[in-house]
Amino acid sequence: MSVPAFTGSNVMDVDAAKIRGAGSNVHFDKVSVAYGAHVVLHPLTLDIAPGEILAMIGPSGSGKTTALRAVAGFVRPASGRIRIGATDVTDLPPYERGLGMVVQNYALFPHMRVEDNVAFGLRAQGADKALIGERVKDSLATVGMSGFAKRYPRELSGGQQQRVAIARALAVRPRVLLLDEPLSALDAQIRRNMVEEIAKLHRDLPGLTILYVTHDQTEALTLADKIAIMRDGRVSSHGPTAELYRRPPNRFTAEFLGRANLLPVTVTEGATGPKGFAKAKLGDALLAGAARGEKPGDKTLLCIRPQHLSLTGDEEHTNRIVGTLKEVHWQGELTHLVLDVDGTPVRVSATRLPVSLPERGSVVPLFFAPGDTSLVPEDARG
Amino acid sequence: MLVWSRPGRIVLWLVFALLFSVLFLAPLAVILLSSLADQWNGVLPSGLTTEHYSDVVQGAAWKAVKASLVTGFLAGAVALVSGTWAALALRIQDATLARVLGVLFFIPSAVPSVSVGLGLLVAFSHPPLLLNGTIAIVMAAHFVLISAFTFGNVSAGLARLSPDFEQVASSLGARPAYRLRHVTLPLLAPYLVAAFGLSFALSMGELGATVMVYPPGWVTLPVSIFSLTDRGDVFAGAALTMVLVAVTLILLLGLERVTGRQARS
Repeated sequence: MSVPAFTGSNVMDVDAAKIRGAGSNVHFDKVSVAYGAHVVLHPLTLDIAPGEILAMIGPSGSGKTTALRAVAGFVRPASGRIRIGATDVTDLPPYERGLGMVVQNYALFPHMRVEDNVAFGLRAQGADKALIGERVKDSLATVGMSGFAKRYPRELSGGQQQRVAIARALAVRPRVLLLDEPLSALDAQIRRNMVEEIAKLHRDLPGLTILYVTHDQTEALTLADKIAIMRDGRVSSHGPTAELYRRPPNRFTAEFLGRANLLPVTVTEGATGPKGFAKAKLGDALLAGAARGEKPGDKTLLCIRPQHLSLTGDEEHTNRIVGTLKEVHWQGELTHLVLDVDGTPVRVSATRLPVSLPERGSVVPLFFAPGDTSLVPEDARG
Repeated sequence: MLVWSRPGRIVLWLVFALLFSVLFLAPLAVILLSSLADQWNGVLPSGLTTEHYSDVVQGAAWKAVKASLVTGFLAGAVALVSGTWAALALRIQDATLARVLGVLFFIPSAVPSVSVGLGLLVAFSHPPLLLNGTIAIVMAAHFVLISAFTFGNVSAGLARLSPDFEQVASSLGARPAYRLRHVTLPLLAPYLVAAFGLSFALSMGELGATVMVYPPGWVTLPVSIFSLTDRGDVFAGAALTMVLVAVTLILLLGLERVTGRQARS
């Protein structure tokens, strides 16, 4: 199967002369969006590197879709500039921006066959027939839909329709692919498969820059090189995916990206030792945790993920707290425990448990490694 | 289901059948019988004949059918284009302006057709726009009366159309005209057909304004029917009415088939 390359001459390059020669990074330069007096996106400065997948995640109304629509050209910024490569696209109409877009409900044109849907962008740009035929074939092969070219969208399942939508966006060789909650309409099993397929697609097409908007943290964690977490029209945090997950810079990020136990602690000793762990007190327990410049006396939060807590200690799991077991939820692969630790509910996700599980109401020790923790400042806005 | 019990449903069906027969079927049946009646002095006609049909077909009927069809098609087509244009244009306007203009576009449907005819007659009976006595004034009257309905139908279709289709098309490089031709209009097709069908049916039955403005030589079917019955030739008027019903019905059924096929695809 020939895999389309996202560099060199292509139809979008030829027709969208204004972005010819531009790279494929996306740069938001203090971009704000307002509807009348209501600001939905506060000045946003952000860079998506060429070939990078940036996931924008956040709750409804956080401004993530508005940011994507501003890149697409469907929302006009109240201030700021948007650049794709070296070209300022802020004032360009959507059809001259050289993008591909996939939306939640697929938006396949119901009156066109799959092959005509995929060919749509190329035909709109006046590509010649031979090129269209070749691109349609390549794009459908890339998403594994070669056998469905003659079908109408209504004859396809949701997952198949979404693949065709991706093929349609890829056929025009976009510099940037915008994915707006592309898997939200699919059921859980198909969504998991599609996440893996999109990850594979990006491995096959490493030059493709992707802006992926979702409210699903699993999709973001699986796919994204970097994540921007949006809240109330602002970027709450932005950084490499693993870094944001392991060392969340604030409570909102810790709680939005994966599950987190956030224990209120008081720092007793700043970062020391080769690993830079600080020491902090939770009640009577003295705990070590990865620091970010805290000083003795600082009140902060100790973030520990549920899967990093263990009912048994060892050389690595040297931090120890004690809690009262409140709830046990068995979910097959995992068992979730909820304990009360000094008035804070603490969740534990365990794959293996002791043969005899403690009774509800019993006092249970929990162990965790200092390296699995992070000290997280409380949000200024709660 | 609002009524659950079987007797209740039977009673409702009977009420429906009674109302449908009295209000809808009976008048049509009377017109049909009248069009075939030789004499009608009692409860039922005393004899049946197809003579009235022969008379109207040999007489002015064909010209009236032609005038009605041409008027309906032309006024319907112009109303469809302008109504679609108006609906598309209003969609991208500020919400308040769109609401105000939307109400304005519906005003002709609230004005009695006779008043529309009178207005046109007064307005276009003097130079520089002297349309009185021309076919154009009939077209204008029909256009004014039906355009609000095409606008309403197309607006309803646009409201149901997800903006995603057009936005995705734009992001793929489709300029507005290409997008309109290949995405928006095909997706709106069922509404466009329905709008045209309604406009055509309204035009075929229009009398109030037409009777005020029609020129000699452009007598539509409703005006012919009105003239015949006004002269006391009720049976010929009934025959012409059946011709009007048949022509309109055939066309609407044809359009319905087109719409149905599109909906299925």
